[in-house]
Formats: sequence, structure tokens, C-alpha cells
Amino acid sequence: MTAPAAAPDPILEVRDLTVSLPGGLDRANAVEGLGFDVHRRQIVCLVGESGSGKSVTAAAVMQLLPRRVLRVTGGTIRLEGRDLTAAGAAQMCRLRGNRMAMVFQEPLTALNPVMRIGTQIAEVLRIHRPDMAAAEVEARVLALMEDVRLPDPAALRRVYPHQISGGQRQRVMIAMALALEPALIIADEPTTALDVTTQAQILRLFRDLLTHHDSGVLLITHDFGVVADVADHVVVMRHGRMVESGPPGQVLTRPSHPYTRMLIDAVPRFRFRAAVPAAAAPALQVSNLQLTYRSRSFTGKKRETHALDDVSFTIDPGETLGIVGESGSGKTTLARCLLRFEMPDSGQIRFGGRDLAAASRRDLRDHRRRIQMVFQDPYKSLNPRRHVGQSLVEGPVHHGVPKREAAERAAGLLEMVGLGGDAMRRFPHEFSGGQRQRICIARALAMEPEIIVADEPVSALDVSVQAQVLELFEELRRRIGFSMLFITHDLRIASNICDRVGVMHRGRLVEIGRTEDIFRNPGHAYTRELLAAVPGGALGTAGER
Amino acid sequence: MGYLILKRIAAAVPVVLVVATIVFFLLRLSPGDPAMVLAGDMASPQDVAEIRARLGLDRPLPVQYATWLGEMARGNFGVSILSKQPVLDLIRARLEPTFVLAFCAIVLTVLLAVPLGAIAAWYHNSWIDRVVMAMSVAGFSIPAFVIGYLLILGFSMSLDLFPSQGYVSPFDDPLAAARHLVLPSLTLAVVFMALIARVTRSSVLDVLGEDFVRTARAKGNVERRVLWRHALPNAAIPIITVIGVGVALLISGVVVTESVFNIPGVGLLTIDAILARDYPIVQGLILFFALVFVGVNLLIDIIYVVVDPRIRY
Repeated sequence: MTAPAAAPDPILEVRDLTVSLPGGLDRANAVEGLGFDVHRRQIVCLVGESGSGKSVTAAAVMQLLPRRVLRVTGGTIRLEGRDLTAAGAAQMCRLRGNRMAMVFQEPLTALNPVMRIGTQIAEVLRIHRPDMAAAEVEARVLALMEDVRLPDPAALRRVYPHQISGGQRQRVMIAMALALEPALIIADEPTTALDVTTQAQILRLFRDLLTHHDSGVLLITHDFGVVADVADHVVVMRHGRMVESGPPGQVLTRPSHPYTRMLIDAVPRFRFRAAVPAAAAPALQVSNLQLTYRSRSFTGKKRETHALDDVSFTIDPGETLGIVGESGSGKTTLARCLLRFEMPDSGQIRFGGRDLAAASRRDLRDHRRRIQMVFQDPYKSLNPRRHVGQSLVEGPVHHGVPKREAAERAAGLLEMVGLGGDAMRRFPHEFSGGQRQRICIARALAMEPEIIVADEPVSALDVSVQAQVLELFEELRRRIGFSMLFITHDLRIASNICDRVGVMHRGRLVEIGRTEDIFRNPGHAYTRELLAAVPGGALGTAGER
Repeated sequence: MGYLILKRIAAAVPVVLVVATIVFFLLRLSPGDPAMVLAGDMASPQDVAEIRARLGLDRPLPVQYATWLGEMARGNFGVSILSKQPVLDLIRARLEPTFVLAFCAIVLTVLLAVPLGAIAAWYHNSWIDRVVMAMSVAGFSIPAFVIGYLLILGFSMSLDLFPSQGYVSPFDDPLAAARHLVLPSLTLAVVFMALIARVTRSSVLDVLGEDFVRTARAKGNVERRVLWRHALPNAAIPIITVIGVGVALLISGVVVTESVFNIPGVGLLTIDAILARDYPIVQGLILFFALVFVGVNLLIDIIYVVVDPRIRY
């Protein structure tokens, strides 16, 4: 642990790495001929879209590839000079957590839910330093928690993962990774599951920790914004092969490969829409919506969460209103209230001359047809056992459209969202994520709604696919002319698609107005905080504001 | 925790009441007359009528029901029609053998079936997995009385290792008690073990695919520790649930096992009472089983809170 500050030898040296896939898939290798180095005090970013082989590379270094599915079939991986591809199971156990450690994408599932977080951090020490005294272990755990800026370590080490926030969980993961000051830390999408403001804090933490510890970091990400913010060296991957690599200044500003250029171009940037004149009467008017969740804790103490606190806004016909905010701010609850999946405590939702918040079950049935939802995860929101056609026809038929007519309309819509007519008879699993979201959009449109509520419709998709789906929304709105409530945590995306935007914070709509006005001259401190946390300043994404 | 227990007990009251009601009407409405049994083959119709009047069986059903409930509430489960002894005393006298037997079966199951299931999951799709699962299917399929007689045939009659009949209290002679308990506990445990091994396997298999298992490996845990320290505790909830539900299985198993091995427990009492149409005892027993079941489930609810910090009631 007394290595010189900037050792000339790399701590990780990957040469000609090939990881083969089981037979019968669209390609033979998950990773092919990959080579790169990680030096001390350096952050190397592996960038690529889903399926590019970046996570497989990380798992190959740690030898955590799923047994019997993926195998390293060629090349070498050297950690501090030792060849890991030749290391036995026992030796790998000694190295993992000790000389190399890993931080995963989803900190909630990556932590053992039934073990106290202090115990989980201490476990690393107990495994690799069995003769360390209990008091010493405890002191080290507290110091580590302090290091990653967890509040009140003495109390927090006794709680379980579900009792702390996502950002704090990721800090626990990082504390675990740092416990023995490993030479190499591999972080696989460490901020993807986090809010923007938390993401900014965690990335800053990574940077800071590098100056205290002598580790090198291999950071895996799909987000060029993150790359621009922290990388010392960039490796771009596609279909398991390296497309190009180099310092970020070069790769980001003068990409040599068209694929890299395409990825960088697809990163959402602030781009505002032209102002539209206000309509005579709004399509939907929400006033003073209030929803409080009450729960009783174990000791019988009452807890109240204001999911929606006095929320009021209108949507004009043909307009897109964005709702931005972090997780837990009440965005999704708002969407669910508009469809009456959730009953507001008080307030009004005026739509089509009626108050939805007070509508009877019968009235609701008709109104639900006129407000349709597109959900975040296209993988989970289509019935896997039904043809796409069945999913598209079911709703209209239920509302009295003759079957033949509904089928014709469905085929037309699939065409419109860019899928061929044969999609009708295929199952959801035969489509990619982006195609599935197109199907979900077509399904919503099949009901001929006046309003579409889209809850984070592109955040589960790769950037290049994101751009296409956003374009599709735009085009459909021009052709069909529906209003839309567009929920997103990404301010850049909001600026591309929303005429007006409302910022939600702890159940309150803290400000609402024309997107350009709000983002150029934020009136609320929280809006300014959100804007400051948008990644990729160096990419010029924030600069165009 | 006290609040939780109180709430669960309160919730159990209607359950017990419903069971009591169903039991009452089921027995009254099924064919067969205890007065006839009691009176014997040579009795005159007058004798039978007299016995019915004495037992209150001639009164209208709702009246019988109300009287019966009132007596229950006062802790009076009635008197056996045949032996004239209070039902509660009869059941109490038979409790020990049954509880000892059930306890041994549960311990045997937890000690054998849980590790077997976990190992089968670990060596998923290997020959070990297949052997364990084949044993589990066999355990499900072979009725308890067949297993009991097979065990007697093998270990008692051929090898003469264990006695085949009777019961000795472990409080009197632990060694003899243990020898007497081996075969009946095994007989009782087989179905239970088959069930628990299967559930453990699928539950552990699910957990092994979880992210935190990968984290455990990334920390440098050896595989054995990953399985026992990280995977198994997280697989515990479904296993504990099934152990709770499986107690119902044990109750039916107890009746069969006690008959096969001639153990003077609650199970044997049940069979005798049913054959003799001794209504008060049967009623008392069914209520007793319902109470045991409710009690076990309460215990399971409490164990949930202990093993999984995410669960709060």
C-alpha cells in the first residue's frame, strides 16, 4: 500500500481479452480483443450502449462472470502484474475486496437486505484481516463511513439498507470497496440509479477519494455526461469491441469513429421549443390537489408523507407540460392521480367538463380511455403472453369499437410508430427496448386519447434510442395533436419536448412556466440545484442553456 | 412486539370461533348417532331416547349450539360420552407424546431438509440436485403409513435396531425414549422434509441470482460463506412460511404415525374418538388443532420480524 503516487506500471492491464458467449446467439463473443490499462489515481471510463460488453468486461476482471454461460477464452488480465486469468478460485477470493473491489449499479439490491450496513462494511475486513481486533474493525468501519460522508456513522452502522436513501446506500457500497484501499476499484454504472443531484455528489466523492487513496478506478457508464465530468481516459465499446480510446479532450471533442460521434450527438442537450400561443380553454385543469400517505410505524407512531401538496396546473390542447423533479418528489403519484389509480384527498381534476377527482366508477371508465399512460419500463408493461396485436386491440374493443376496425387502426398505428404490419402477430420479447416503447406508445394512441401521461418514457432506453423515441413523440403530436404530461428527471430531455415545465419538490410544484424561462432564469433554489447537477458541462450540453 | 402479539391473538379469536361452529354442525349433521353407540346393540328405543335426553341431543340444534358455546367460553369442553372423563383432561394426558414426536420431526426436518435443499440449489442441475429432488418426490408420493411399516420391517424386524411399538417419556428414560422415537419421528418427518427441501431449493436458487450475492463474492467471500451467510438467511422467509403451513401436514401425519407405532398421543385419541363417535372429544380435538395452528402461525409472524428487518406490522 506504499506504492508511489503515479507509478509507471499500470495496476490493471487488459490485453486482447475475449469472452465468449454460448452458441446460438447473434454473435460469438461478448467481448473481443479488448485491451486497455488503468493507472493509479486515474479514472478510466468504459463507455457504450447496452450489449456493448462493458459490464461483461468488469465481471471478467473480477471473475464474477456467470458460471457456465460466459467464459474468458483469450487474452490476459493483469492486476498489479499478476495474471488473473490463470488465478485459482482461492487466490481470486484473496484478491477480491482486497486488491480490487467493485461498486454496482443498483445499491438497493447490491446490499444484503437482512444485514446491518456496519456489519456489511466490517465483513470485508473480517474476511481479509481475520486477526484484526473487534475494536479495531469497528473504528475502521466508522472511519470509512466518515470518509464517504455518511451522516452520524455511529448510529447509521446499525441500520439496514432499506432504511437509508439511495445515495447513502451507494456511499455504503463505496465504503465497502475502499475498506482495504484496493489498487483497483471497478464501478459499474454507479450513479445510473441515482437522482441527478445525488449523482453529482457521488461523482465528486469518487474524484475526492482518488486523491486520498492510491487506487485506480475503472468506471463503466453509458452516459457521456459522466464521462465528460470525471474521466482521465475513455474507452468506447460497441458490440464487444473497442471502437476508440483516448483522453476525454480528444474523444469527446474530436471523435475519430462515427459511432462515438453518434453517441455524443445523441446525448440530450438543452434545446428549447418555440413559444406557442395560449389556448382559449385548457384541456385539463388541476387545482389544489392534495394527497397524504399516512402510515403507522412499528411503535404505533403515525407518519405522514405529503405526496402531493396543493398542486395546481393546466394543460392546453396540444401542449406538452413537463414535470421534473427527483425520485420521491411526487411526480409519479401525480400521474397516478390523473388516471385515478390513486384517489386524491382533496382538490379537483377538471377534464371534459367533469371533475375526475369526484367521478363515479362508471364515469371513470370512459375518462380513462381519454387519458392514456405510457410507462417507464417497456419490458414490464406489456403482457408477455399476448401478441402485440391483442394488446393493441383489447382496449378499443372493450370500449365498443368493432374488432375489425380496431385491428385496422392498430396496424396503422404500428406503421406510424415505425414498426411493420407483421408486428401485430409477434410477442413483446421479440422486440428491443426501444421497439417495445414504440408499441406502448401505439397502445396508448389506439384508445384515441386526448391526453397522454408519459412517466419517464425514455429513461430505461439507450441514449441513441432515447433520441428516436423523443422524435417519435414529437412527430405523433404534430400528426395527431394530443396534449401530454411528460414526467422526467432529465432536465435536458424536458427542454427538448416540453412547452412548459413544472418543478416538483417534496410534493409541491415549486415553480411552473415556459421551459426556457424556467431553465434560463430559475426562480426557486431547488431548480437552480437541479440545473447545476446536470452532468456533462464539459460536453457543452449545459452550456447551450 | 407486544402490540403485534396482541393484534395477532385478537385476529385469531374469530378464526377459532368459525372453526368451532363448523365443527359443531359438521358432526351434528353427519349420519350416525352417539346415543345408539352408547346404548349398545341390545338397547330398546326407550333406552336410546333416555340417553339422548341425558346428553341433550334431543334439543333443537341452535339450543345445543348455544349451550355448547357457553360451556366452551367457561373452559368446559364437555365430558367424553364413553369414558365420562372431562375432554380437557383426556387431551392434556395425551399431549406429551404428540408434542415430543412433532418436535423431533420438526428438528429433524430443519437439520436435514434445509441444508439438503440449499446444497441442491448450490449444485443446481448436477447429480446431487437430481438425487435430492428425486428423494423429495418419493417422500411426497409414499404415504406415511407405508413408510412407517417399511421402517418397522427394515430397522425393527430385520435389524432389530429400534423398537416398533409404544412410547417412553424422555423425562423418565431419555435413552429408551430416543430409541422409541427414531422410527416414528422419521415417518412423520418424511413428507415434511420432502416439502421443505423443495422449497429451500427454489428459494435459495432465487436468492443466488440476486445482486447482493454477487456483491458478497466481490468482497472476497469464499463460496461456502456466500451460501450460508448471505444466500440462506435471505431465503429464509418462504422456508419459514412453509414450515408454518406444514404444521397442518404434521397434524394429519401425527394421526397416522401414532396409529402405526401405537403411541398414546393426541393422534391416537382422535382416531379412537372418531370411531366411537365421541362428539365432545372430537370437537375438543379439532378446536385444539385449530388453536395449535393459529399459535404456530403467530409464532411464524414473530419469527418473520426477527429474520427480516424489512417486515413491520
